Amino acid sequence: MLAALTLLLVFQLLGEVIARALALPVPGPVIGMALLFVTLLLRGGPSEDLRQTAGTLLQHLSLLFVPAGTGIVLYGDRIAAEWLPLTVALVGSTALAIIVTALVLRALTRRQTTTGGPRQ
Amino acid sequence: MTPALDEIWVYLSASPLLGLTLTLAAYQAAFWLYRRAGFHPLANPVLLSVAMLAGVLLITRTPYQTYFDGAQFVHFLLGPATVALAIPLYAQWPKLKSMAGPLVIALVAGSLTAALSAWGIGAALGASRESLMSLAPKSVTTPIAMAVAERLGGLPSLTAVLVISTGILGAIGARYIYRWLRIDDHAVRGFAIGIASHGIGTARAFQLSEQAGAFAALAMGLNGLVTALSLPWIMPWVERLAGR
Repeated sequence: MLAALTLLLVFQLLGEVIARALALPVPGPVIGMALLFVTLLLRGGPSEDLRQTAGTLLQHLSLLFVPAGTGIVLYGDRIAAEWLPLTVALVGSTALAIIVTALVLRALTRRQTTTGGPRQ
Repeated sequence: MTPALDEIWVYLSASPLLGLTLTLAAYQAAFWLYRRAGFHPLANPVLLSVAMLAGVLLITRTPYQTYFDGAQFVHFLLGPATVALAIPLYAQWPKLKSMAGPLVIALVAGSLTAALSAWGIGAALGASRESLMSLAPKSVTTPIAMAVAERLGGLPSLTAVLVISTGILGAIGARYIYRWLRIDDHAVRGFAIGIASHGIGTARAFQLSEQAGAFAALAMGLNGLVTALSLPWIMPWVERLAGR
């Protein structure tokens, strides 16, 4: 548990250092995820300890967004003034993004299955 | 209130303990309700927790910064949790690799749809320029969205709120959209919700299956990358085309 947590923090730290050193627009943790992923590919999978610690963290992933979400209390005035465009834009664009992504991916993977022969 | 209680309140409201405890307690209460509601999407635990906490802050007139001094310990774990997404990603690698081409095309289509439709709908309904630029990157994970909004001339902290709202909306609505479009493949379901609703959508996808969660995590990471690289030059061009 402790070793796995340390490993995750080390990869995050590496990611942050790379992001700043190369002035990348991508945040450190995302680079850390990519680095850990490549490491897992090279080493042939995570240890049991790492798998369990990651599972525990990801099981409560929703909780980690609560502090930032509570920041809504700072925007009472703007939301009162622009609630209609903001709400419609959020609902509409979220639904459209899900619909477009899902339909494109389904159409492409179906065609791949029919022209590329049976896939497992 | 007796003087003693008063003093306790003064102490607690200045210490990080209260914000941290409140966050954990609110989330567990919200999760209990979510389970009692049979994991109904409308009882989304992030939505319920934020509603409870915002209510408490407003009623007790506690500044957000005071609350966040405690809650930041939870917020901090977003970093290692993002790194931890590499593990489910690794577990699903063979399937991800076999779908690489379609995934890239769906990624570009979904990423552009999310940003441009948010901007277009907001602009058509008269949102201010600051709000529009805060809306454009709202489908990607909070730190990327905030950085992109800042570069576009939006308000980063407003973007954080719009990002979380988008995540909650996707987590609530995806099931109905999939049922309507008859989409059953967990890979497709996970990828689409990851594109539209970043980490909160990914959390929701993990409740469906590990496969859906891994595809959502991949979509979230890739959309963050595409959005960070493309929006800073696409949005000025869109504004010029729209004559704004």
